[in-house]
Amino acid sequence: MKDLHEILTILESDGRLTAEQIGDMLDRPAADIEKVIGEAEADGIIRRYKAVVDWDRAGQERVFAFIDVKVTPTRGAGFDDVAERIYKFPEVVSLYLMSGEYDLRVIIQGSTMQEVASFVSNKLATIDRVRSTASHFVLKRYKEDREIFAEKDADHRLAVTP
Amino acid sequence: MRGIASNVASVSASGIRRFFDIVADMKDVISLGVCEPDFVTPWRLREACVFSLERGRTNYTSNWGLLSLRKLISGHLKSLYGVDYQPEDQILVTVGVSEALDLALRAVVDPGDEVIVFEPCYVSYAPCVTFAGGTPVRIPTFAEDGFLPRLDDVRAALTPRTKAILLSYPNNPTGATAGREFLKELVEIARDADCYVISDEIYDRLTYVGTHTCVSSLEGAAERTILLNGFSKAYAMTGWRIGYAAAPPDVAEAMMKIHQYVALCAPITAQEAAVEALNAGEQSVREMKTEYNRRRRLIVKRFNEAGLKCGDPGGAFYAFPSVKETGLTSEEFAERLLYEKKVVVVPGGAFGECGEGYVRAAYATSLDRIEEAMARVAELVASLPGTAGDT
Ligand SMILES: Cc1ncc(COP(=O)(O)O)c(C=O)c1O
Repeated sequence: MKDLHEILTILESDGRLTAEQIGDMLDRPAADIEKVIGEAEADGIIRRYKAVVDWDRAGQERVFAFIDVKVTPTRGAGFDDVAERIYKFPEVVSLYLMSGEYDLRVIIQGSTMQEVASFVSNKLATIDRVRSTASHFVLKRYKEDREIFAEKDADHRLAVTP
Repeated sequence: MRGIASNVASVSASGIRRFFDIVADMKDVISLGVCEPDFVTPWRLREACVFSLERGRTNYTSNWGLLSLRKLISGHLKSLYGVDYQPEDQILVTVGVSEALDLALRAVVDPGDEVIVFEPCYVSYAPCVTFAGGTPVRIPTFAEDGFLPRLDDVRAALTPRTKAILLSYPNNPTGATAGREFLKELVEIARDADCYVISDEIYDRLTYVGTHTCVSSLEGAAERTILLNGFSKAYAMTGWRIGYAAAPPDVAEAMMKIHQYVALCAPITAQEAAVEALNAGEQSVREMKTEYNRRRRLIVKRFNEAGLKCGDPGGAFYAFPSVKETGLTSEEFAERLLYEKKVVVVPGGAFGECGEGYVRAAYATSLDRIEEAMARVAELVASLPGTAGDT
């Protein structure tokens, strides 16, 4: 279990490391690491591997919006059935049940503000038991998944020190 | 009559210096030659010091250092190692371990006194002994002993003029760590000789194998031990120039006397950051250590795969592989690696004669860079007639 957690932490920061490399880092045979990773994938612990992309730098406009949604829960299902209707839309990047004033937080990605706005008014707001929505558009992404998007500082260290 | 003082003139410039000059003119090198973390000081600490500047904390402090900091250091040493040092008269905040080392030596060494050092070791030890008017007595250590000195060699080196034994575990450049039993015997030797033990434990928090033993915590050790430590390595604070010494009151007082006249006090901004480090830096220390440990295992494996025999360094952030198999001297090896493959390592001879045949490779560099550097090391080794890597 301790191994699993350490391997997950390593993969969370760099998903492209090979089992050999991770094995060397943890002083374990690569085959063991492969097995742990394989099981974690099969058990749905590792969902997928992806890149953290700075789309501004890539020269493509992408619009991100956080939509706070108030929902009337039902006996039995609570918020889950509404949540399911929402997360099935491919536009929805993330969906969380929240404490506080709103119930659900939806993160949406689209290519234009128009597109996102129309998704909210046509699809989200019209779902049964959705009482209200509040949309917040992202103006600038400074940091995502622990990655700072600003220019990286150069390594200022002297090349040889005692 | 002009002329440089003889004890200064007698010390040659650091062997590292020459290497530094070559590297300075080269582009795109990967450096495994540094002795500092690749992490910058954790943001929490930097932020705390910015706040201290905003509040106008720009004054001198007590010669001893901020009492709040000394109290924290005292508590820190107590909780980690169970040792008791009074913040009022036993802990001195200094301009790095570098200054603390100089003060310790000057406080106890009379002209002609001998100080035992175990080589290979940090480049400053022997020169600082000389500057303090003493004579360094060098005892070599060997890979087959895990770079720990043979106790019989230590006993044989004792003379009536032996004033101190200077040691540092985890070690720069070998990465060696010393176990409790070994240190106990060393303290025993110091007790029999009635000399001081100066213990530079700057890498204590970067111990990956076993647990660190603080020399002062051993029975009968505190009364003769001058413990040196600092923030440079554990908290990635090299440029701040902050460290401390913990010592018996009379030694601490003597060190403070010198410090008071030559440095007045350690920089207050660095002291403020050190306060934050001890209050809230533990998580960062653990994270950095975990990361170093991963790199450590990887680099050791890569050296051995490349055919350069490399033992398991239990601490610090250095690997110290042998290059003897290549048929090159460590200096030749380091030079060819630099010119042909643009990778910097430091020839072991810079850390004492017995370091010849080895090179120091710091793994305080990102994993990608280490992998790239090690691929180039393997290429160089494979191209040399003397060796065939085992891959
Ligand atoms: C063993 C050892 N002692 C002391 C120092 C100097 O530390 P400081 O930055 O606290 O002066 C170093 C730095 O490389 C070191 O490796």
